[in-house]
Amino acid sequence: MRILGLNRRIIRVLLGTQYAHMLEYRAEIALWALSGVLPFIMLSVWSGSEARTGLGLDGVALDRYFLSAFLVRQFSVVWVVYAFEEDALLGRLSPYLLQPLHPLWRYVAAHLGEQLTRLPFAAVIAAVFFVIQPQAFWLPSFGGFLLAWLATWLAFAIAFLFQSLIAALCFWSEKASALERLQFIPFVFLSGLLAPLTAFPPAVRAVAQWTPFPYLIDFPARVLAGQSVDLAAGFGAQLAWVALLLPLVLLLWRAGVRRYSAMGA
Amino acid sequence: MERYGRTLRRFWSTAVAVQLEYQANVLIELLAVAMSLSGSLFLLSLFYGPDQTLGGWSWAQALMVQGLYTVFDGMASTWLRPNLGAIVTHVREGTLDFVLLKPIDSQFWLSLRTLSPAGLPEIGLGLGLLAWGCHQAGVVLSLSGLFTVLVMLLAGGLILYSLWFLIAATSIWFVKTWNATEVLRALLASGRYPLSAYPPALRLLFTVVLPVAFLTTVPAQVLLGEAAAPMLLAGLVLAVLFFAAARAFWLFALRFYTSASS
Repeated sequence: MRILGLNRRIIRVLLGTQYAHMLEYRAEIALWALSGVLPFIMLSVWSGSEARTGLGLDGVALDRYFLSAFLVRQFSVVWVVYAFEEDALLGRLSPYLLQPLHPLWRYVAAHLGEQLTRLPFAAVIAAVFFVIQPQAFWLPSFGGFLLAWLATWLAFAIAFLFQSLIAALCFWSEKASALERLQFIPFVFLSGLLAPLTAFPPAVRAVAQWTPFPYLIDFPARVLAGQSVDLAAGFGAQLAWVALLLPLVLLLWRAGVRRYSAMGA
Repeated sequence: MERYGRTLRRFWSTAVAVQLEYQANVLIELLAVAMSLSGSLFLLSLFYGPDQTLGGWSWAQALMVQGLYTVFDGMASTWLRPNLGAIVTHVREGTLDFVLLKPIDSQFWLSLRTLSPAGLPEIGLGLGLLAWGCHQAGVVLSLSGLFTVLVMLLAGGLILYSLWFLIAATSIWFVKTWNATEVLRALLASGRYPLSAYPPALRLLFTVVLPVAFLTTVPAQVLLGEAAAPMLLAGLVLAVLFFAAARAFWLFALRFYTSASS
């Protein structure tokens, strides 16, 4: 069975080569992992702030929330726009387009390979966190862990599709990375990376819930931290965003590739 | 000296001319700055719950810190990112050879070659926010106070530059240090909030190891008339030390630089 050029053998080879490729840049990936420390900085400000009591999150719950937010972020980082822009600019895209495999799969494999490389560094940072804050230690139940894993994976899927949509705009304009920057700002503030969504005034929270951002960090992080969440609503929203973005991405890519070949001809 | 001044004028006028070709970029940049600043203010407002204080700082006082942070962030996008970000590319593509062959100091060339005017509105907005915060906090500006703040801003800029340049210079060995500057940026984001909002261990880290405190909190304290002379002096001494370290490190790193052919 082939889905857009993919079968089991190709999956194995793609993942294997991309993982090997990522292992070459371990130092760089360790630094990337470290550059995700923002949730910890925010945690230290939040724990000293009196406003925390308004959140209904006691100290330990706050610790767990921000550690979960850090972990979710580590495994849902997406950089398709930058990789695609470079490939298009250097002309590497043309041979990819000739292959009977959708070029996006290559980027998916690269991201999965990077996540695997990142795993030990993220684990070390989490371990250091628990050494400093031993009272915050917790192990999610197996079921809870599976749900959190699924939610994080869906968050990655939404982020990936969203950025692929922007990347596809590269076929028309060279401003795609500027667009990516513009969407990154609401992401930072509305995703729950800097403050749990429960801290927001109700009106802002209501608006945020209609954007994809809270489902990228806040929802999976709260599942991982073991807080009480409306699972059906969260997963429903995540699936709805995937269902909305996937056909858009495929259509825009097809139109873009047609335009791209027209440019070369 | 005069040659350097003349060169600088040429560098910057061409950089501005080039940027003016891309007017859409300026618009995008303006939008990004406006969005980012409103997001920061929204986030800050979350900390001001019922008791209206963050680490003992009132809302207006915290606005001054945010304003100073915005100024430095604008400084980074106007000056540091376009210049020091290019060092990595020079090393990777081998064009550093050309820089070293020029009859001008290489650190000067690498640090001041270009300017991205798109970051200037952010500096302006930051200064505006600082002024508004001062006004709200009831700061009475004296001429000497203004002068000390100016000196503190210069010292902060020098510290930021030196840290950034130190990291960029390690690309002579590691080739790709793009991510190291990302780590630096993530840590510098801690300067958005007054130092006293952090637990003691982090306060020490942000004062001594990574002197973020001298960028935003200390200048704000100077304006509020809370910082004593020793703190000011410490900021200045630190700036000079960091700059000397960056300079020495660059000369040291160059001894290890071998272009691809040698």
